[in-house]
Amino acid sequence: MTETAKAITPEIIACPEESAALPIEHAAIFEERKDQIHRIGEGAFSMACNRDSLAGAVSQRACVFCGSRVVLYPIADALHLVHGPIGCAAYTWDIRGSLSSGPELHRLSFSTDLQELDVVFGGEKKLAKALDELIPRYEPKAAFVYSTCIVGLIGDDLAAVCKAASQRHGIPVIPVQSEGFKGNKREGYLAACKAMRTLVGTGDISDISKLSVNIMGDFNLAGETWIIKDYLTRMGIQTVAGITGDGRVDDLRRAHGAGLNIVQCSGSTQDLAKMMRDDFGIPFLRVSWIGIEDVAESLYAIAEHFELTQPELATGPDGGIVERTAALVRDELAALMPQLKELRRDLEGKRAAVYVGGSFKAFSLVKAFRHLGMEVVIVGSQTGTEEDYRELAAICAPGTIVVDDANPLELSAFIKEKDVDIFVGGVKERPIAFKLGVGFCDHNHERKIALEGFVGMLNFAKEVHASVMSPIWQFVPRRELRNSPVNTGEEA
Amino acid sequence: MLLRHTPKEITERSALVINPAKTCQPIGAMYAALGIHGCLPHSHGSQGCCAYHRSALTKHYKEPINAATSSFTEGASVFGGQANLLQAIENIFTVYEPEVIAVHTTCLSETIGDDIKQIRDKAEKSGVVPNGKHVIFCNTPSYIGSHVTGFSNMVKGMTEVATNTGKKNGKVNVIPGWVEPADMEEIKRLAALMNVPITLFPDTSGVLNGPLSGEFKMFPEGGVTMKELRESGDAIGTLALGEWCSADAARSLDTRCKVPCKVLDMAFGLKATDRFIDALRIIAGTSVPEEINRERGQLVDMISDAHQYFYQKKVALFGDPDQLIAMTEFLVSIDMWPTHLVTGTPGKKFEKRISELTAHLPYEVNVKTGGDMFLLHQWIKNSPVDLLIGNTYGKHIARDEDIPFLRWGFPILDRMGHQYFPTVGYKGGLRLLEKILGLLLDRKDRDDSEIQFELTL
Repeated sequence: MTETAKAITPEIIACPEESAALPIEHAAIFEERKDQIHRIGEGAFSMACNRDSLAGAVSQRACVFCGSRVVLYPIADALHLVHGPIGCAAYTWDIRGSLSSGPELHRLSFSTDLQELDVVFGGEKKLAKALDELIPRYEPKAAFVYSTCIVGLIGDDLAAVCKAASQRHGIPVIPVQSEGFKGNKREGYLAACKAMRTLVGTGDISDISKLSVNIMGDFNLAGETWIIKDYLTRMGIQTVAGITGDGRVDDLRRAHGAGLNIVQCSGSTQDLAKMMRDDFGIPFLRVSWIGIEDVAESLYAIAEHFELTQPELATGPDGGIVERTAALVRDELAALMPQLKELRRDLEGKRAAVYVGGSFKAFSLVKAFRHLGMEVVIVGSQTGTEEDYRELAAICAPGTIVVDDANPLELSAFIKEKDVDIFVGGVKERPIAFKLGVGFCDHNHERKIALEGFVGMLNFAKEVHASVMSPIWQFVPRRELRNSPVNTGEEA
Repeated sequence: MLLRHTPKEITERSALVINPAKTCQPIGAMYAALGIHGCLPHSHGSQGCCAYHRSALTKHYKEPINAATSSFTEGASVFGGQANLLQAIENIFTVYEPEVIAVHTTCLSETIGDDIKQIRDKAEKSGVVPNGKHVIFCNTPSYIGSHVTGFSNMVKGMTEVATNTGKKNGKVNVIPGWVEPADMEEIKRLAALMNVPITLFPDTSGVLNGPLSGEFKMFPEGGVTMKELRESGDAIGTLALGEWCSADAARSLDTRCKVPCKVLDMAFGLKATDRFIDALRIIAGTSVPEEINRERGQLVDMISDAHQYFYQKKVALFGDPDQLIAMTEFLVSIDMWPTHLVTGTPGKKFEKRISELTAHLPYEVNVKTGGDMFLLHQWIKNSPVDLLIGNTYGKHIARDEDIPFLRWGFPILDRMGHQYFPTVGYKGGLRLLEKILGLLLDRKDRDDSEIQFELTL
C-alpha cells in the first residue's frame, strides 16, 4: 500500500455552543486529516503539512504540471507546447489574465495531442515534428515543452528531443519535467524554476544598474506587476525581469544582472531565487504586495537593502532611497486611507474565511482584513508548510480555524459554524460560498482587478464591500431565519 | 489582435493541435456521473486531472462540482493504482456517504494498466462497499476520442447495472446526451405532456441548476436514481439522442437486456424535435397533445416572421458532433448557410452527415473532424461569415474578425443563462432563434449608417 492509502475512521466535530441556535450539520472529518486542522487556543500547535492528499478526498489541490504551467504561462514571447493528450493543453488555454505589454503567444494553446498509437510507440517523433512546425511559424524567443503524466510513463526522452530541436532551430528549447503524478503544485514550481534557470545567465548585462531587481512570484494578473514596477521606478530602481509577470525570454536571460531578487508567493519562484543566490550571488528578499503593511514593509526592505549595499548609488541629489520610498508610501497612503475609511464603516465587525493556494497570501489577507475592521476566522491553503501555519496561528485570534488542504465539506461546515460574511478563494470555492449564501472574492488566478500594491488594497476593499454588502444575502434561507423577528426578538 | 499569428494560408499539420476544439475523455465522464442521484464521480489518476475537470465544470455550470481523486503519486504510478482506488472507495463511502461512486480512469491509470473492474469487484468482495451502495465505472483514456467519448462511456457504464426481469415496466429510456440541465428538464416536460413515463439518464437537472439554498449539499436532489437505472433494463424501448453521446449506451441495453433502441439526432431545431416527439409518440403509443402542437406552431411562426433576416446568412460552427449535426439541420431549415464546421472529436460519420444535410446548397461546405480552432479561423479568414456559433473558445476569433457570436455548447465560461434556458425542443428552438436574430439585428443596427438606421425592423 502506498503512503496515501491508510485506513480511516470518521469523527464528528461538535459545533461550539454559541452557534447552537442555528441549524448546523455536523461535519465528518477524516481521522487522518485531524492534524491538518488546528483551532487556535485549543491545545498546543501542531500541524502536519505538505503531505499527500488522501486517496478519495475531494481535494482542492492540483498537480505538478499545473504548478509548472501557471508559473511559466506569463512568459509571453515563448512557445508553450504541452506534450501529452489534449486535456492538459485544453484546460490551460488562456487560463488567466497574466497581461502582456507586447507579444501574446502565451495565450494560445499548443498540444501534441497524443493518441493511442503514440502511447504505444512513443511520442518523440511527433514532438520533434510539432516543434519543427511551430518554431518557424511563430519565431518564438524560446520554447518550453511540458511533460505530462503519460510522457513520464512511456519514457519519451524529452531532454534529447528538445536539445536536438534547439540545435536545428537556434533557440533554447527547454524541457519542463512536470509529470503530473510526481507530486502537487510545489514540485511543479521547482520544475518551472529549473527550466527558467537554463535561461538565466545567458544574456548581456552590461547596461544594468546595480540598483536593480527582478520582480519574482508575481504574474501580472490584471496588470499587478506594472503597479509594483511603477513603485520601484519611483524609488529609482530598475526592473530587469518580471518573473514571470509580463515575462520575456530576453529579460530572463539577463536576470542575473539584477542586484536583488524580490520574491513573492510562497513557493512558485523561490527555488529560482535560491539557485540565483547560489550561482550568481544575488541575494533575495521575501516580499508581499498585498495589504498595506506588507506592501510598505516590502518597499522599505528593498530601499534599506540598497542603502546598505549601494550607499553611493542609493543617495541622489533629491535625497536617499529610503526618503524617496517614505515619500512614496506617504503619498499613496494619503490617497488610500480616506477611501478605505469610507468602506470600513460598513464592513466593521464582519467575518472572513480565507482559503488560498499559497500561504503567503493568507498572511497578507489576515492583515488586510484588519484594515477593513474585519476578522479572519478561517484560514487555510493548499500548500502551506507547518512553519507557515505556525506563524499564521500566531497572528490570528483564538478560535480561528487553521486548515491545510481542505475539502468542500470541511470548508462548508467551517463557514457555517463561523457564520462568515465573505469567503476568499479560487474558482472551485466560489459556488460553494454562493450556495451557502456568503459573499466571495476571487483572490486567485482568475481575479479581474489588481489586488496588489496600495491601489490593490483599495480595489480589494471595494470588491469585499461589493460582495459582503450585496442585498442578495438577505434572501438566503439560512439568514432569513436568523433575521426573522422570532430570532432577533424584535417581535416582542 | 490576439490571434495575429493565424496566417490565411492553410498548410498541412500532422503532429500538432493549435487551439483545440475538444478536450479529454474524463471530464465527460465526470459530467455524466453528476447526472446520477447521490453520485460522487471519482477520477482514478493524478490530482491535477480532477482539479482541472472540476474547475472547468464549475466555470460552466456555476455550481459546486464535487469529485474525488485517487491522488496518484510516483509510487502508485510504478506499482499500480489498486491500493489507491480501494482506499479511495473505502474513504469515500465512510466520509462522504454517496449512494454510488462512478469511477473513471485517466491516461495515467490506463497506461499503467489498472483493471478497474477487477479492483471494483475486489472492493465489493472485501466489504468496503456498504450494502445497497454501488461502484460503477468506465474507461476513459484521454488519448482516445474526446470529452464526448468520455461522456458516452460513462453513460454506457450506467447501463451495466440494468437488469432484465423479463417483465416490461412500460417506461421509455431517454438518453439526452451532453446537454444542459435545463435541456434535460425540458425533455422531461415534453415527455410528461405526452404522458410518456420516461427514465432520463443522465439527468443533471436539479443537480447543476439548483437554487440558492443557503446550504452546501454534496448530493443535491436531482439525478436519475440507481433504482431507475436498474429498471431501465425492463423498459419498452430506448431513445438515444446523439450518435456520439448516447448510442453506445442504448445499444448496450439492447444487447444485454433486449430493450429495443432508436438513435436520433439531438432534439435541437424544428425537424429534429419533430422526429423526437414522433418517436416518443410511436414507442409509447400515445398522441401528441395540443400544447406541443401549439409550441411547434409558435416556432414555425417565428421563423416565418423573421425569415428574411436569416436568408443566406453564412455561419461558422464548432463544437461537438451531435450538437453540430442538429444545429446544421436547423440552420439549413431557416435558410441560413452553414459554411465552416469544425469538431475536435473524431468520427468520420460527422463529415458524411454534414455533407448530406448541406448537399443541396450552392457552395462547398468546409467540414473537419479532428480539427481545431486554428483551422476554423483560417477558413473564416479565407471566406468570412455573418455568424459564429460555438463555445466560449470562439470569442477570440469573433473579436479579431468582428463576427456576431452565439455562445452555445460546452464550455461557456463568460455568460450565464445556459443552465436555465433550454435550447432543445420547440421552446428551445424559439430561444435559439431569438438569440440568433438578436445578434444579426444588433449588428445591422450597429453597422447601418444614420440615414439607414431604422426604428422598426
